[in-house]
Amino acid sequence: MATATAGRLRIPSEANTAAWFFLAPALALIGIFFFLPVAAAMLLSLTDFDLYGIANPGNTRFVGFENYSRLLRTPDFWLALRNTFYFAFVGGPLTIAVSLGAALLLSSKLVRFKGVFRTIYFTPFVTTLVAVAIVWRYLYHSRYGFFNYALSYFGVGPIDWLGDPHWAMPAIILMAVWKSFGYNMLIFIAGLQAIPEELYDAAAIDGASPFRRFWSITLPMLSPTLVFVTVITMIGYFQLFAEPYVMTQGGPLRSTTSVVLLMYEEGFRWWRMGYAAAIAFVLFIVILLATLVQFRLQKERA
Amino acid sequence: MTAITSGERANSAGRRDRFIRALLYALLVIGAIMALLPMAWMVSASLMPAGEASSFPPRFFPTRVTFSHYVDLFTRLNLGRYLLNSAFVAFVVTLSSLVINSMAGYAFAKLRFRGRDRLFRALSTGLVLPVQVAMLPLFLLLKNLGMINTYWGVIIPGLASIFGIFLVRQYALAIPDEMLDAARVDGASEFRIFRSIVVPGIVPILATLAIWTFLATWNDFMWPLIVLSDESRYTLPVALANLAGEHVQDTELMMAGSVITVVPVMLVFLFLQRYYIQGVMAGSVKG
Repeated sequence: MATATAGRLRIPSEANTAAWFFLAPALALIGIFFFLPVAAAMLLSLTDFDLYGIANPGNTRFVGFENYSRLLRTPDFWLALRNTFYFAFVGGPLTIAVSLGAALLLSSKLVRFKGVFRTIYFTPFVTTLVAVAIVWRYLYHSRYGFFNYALSYFGVGPIDWLGDPHWAMPAIILMAVWKSFGYNMLIFIAGLQAIPEELYDAAAIDGASPFRRFWSITLPMLSPTLVFVTVITMIGYFQLFAEPYVMTQGGPLRSTTSVVLLMYEEGFRWWRMGYAAAIAFVLFIVILLATLVQFRLQKERA
Repeated sequence: MTAITSGERANSAGRRDRFIRALLYALLVIGAIMALLPMAWMVSASLMPAGEASSFPPRFFPTRVTFSHYVDLFTRLNLGRYLLNSAFVAFVVTLSSLVINSMAGYAFAKLRFRGRDRLFRALSTGLVLPVQVAMLPLFLLLKNLGMINTYWGVIIPGLASIFGIFLVRQYALAIPDEMLDAARVDGASEFRIFRSIVVPGIVPILATLAIWTFLATWNDFMWPLIVLSDESRYTLPVALANLAGEHVQDTELMMAGSVITVVPVMLVFLFLQRYYIQGVMAGSVKG
């Protein structure tokens, strides 16, 4: 007993040193290679750092908010922002709807082989984005692609999916829905399992229709899950990059140039890094605002 | 009389259930076909003779199976090299992430030190920071360290991850304090406690972390694209995107390249999906 007490008294100080020993590698790496660059990006966005700056940092001047004001005057930036919003605000809800639909199907008591279907639906999510983007580029081919072939059965004329500025973004959205709905689906399935069965039994006794049960029990009970799924889907979708890079190179007529693609081009193709850092920060602010709005909405409803 | 009615009612309910069940299965099967079709066509087209995947009407099955595109990729287009690059990068990142994140996750969960919770909260804010914000200065930093266009430039930002620490911490919280204290009373060092009590106790979450990290690193595109300029160091996704630009017309060749890129992650996922899915669930708990 006495030794145990002595032992317990000894713990804190020793654990303290040990703790820092365990933490040091992770904190150092994340600090130096993540938090430090994020902070530096803020400073970078206030300079005219470019190719000359890379050659000699002495060529860099502090320009205040000039990058930001130039950004707001550049039509290409507004276009990229519009494209990104289009992708996130159409693709996001669509992905969530498909995920929820799939989760509801797989939660039905009437269905068996759930594990098999779940695995199949989840498979697109684990695949390599670049590889599937290339595959879909051929599926969307205006002459040889399967999409137009299938549509021709319905009398729909050939669509130049990736070559027409009106269709390129919808095509990318469709692929993104296919690629990522499985992830949200799994989270929804877990959320649905957590809803107590008694609620449905009580509703059934009251004679509530399936639609009514979904609207008054499932949806409200699922709302924390829904907020989480919405937040992570939107954060991910605002970072659209590889799909347009591989499938359209941001075209046609820049109709699929996203904010991150614009940042990549400005920063790593033209080396206007100060300007690109300003783009990155606008992206960060957009993501932050969207996240805060969603949490606020959730709080209001609760 | 009553018995008959209720029997009839049960019968009609049974019929309705059968109808709904058929409908549900129809939807599920259609969904499964749509989920698998692009992948199936990718595999099938990779086996077609050159030019066949670009014919009208589109073909789903090859007239004649050929492996010539795979041979081409490995002999003429250096794909073996890219495969090794990807494997090396993913392997190193996974291994280091296992060691470093599990140590930190354990410390946040079980060791008592000043400012622990505040530090953890500060670290968590990093989860909402888009990685792209860090990329420009990180590039300049690594350039000064001479790590641009090296494997290390790709590897270093992945060595530790906030998500990984989160994952381990969540799991390690369940380790009973009495067990650790008992070992301390017996005079075991903190490192020994970690190695022989903590690590065996968190093996399932380490499996999750390993698979999650491996797949994310294997699939990663933007950062390797930025860091690597020398073709011989390309990872598979970067090499594939590069090939797709040069060989737009060679549909079958590109499909073979996609198969080689996707198959390793598919295999890892199919065999270890239980652990992978656990990662999805653990991720959703943090919300």
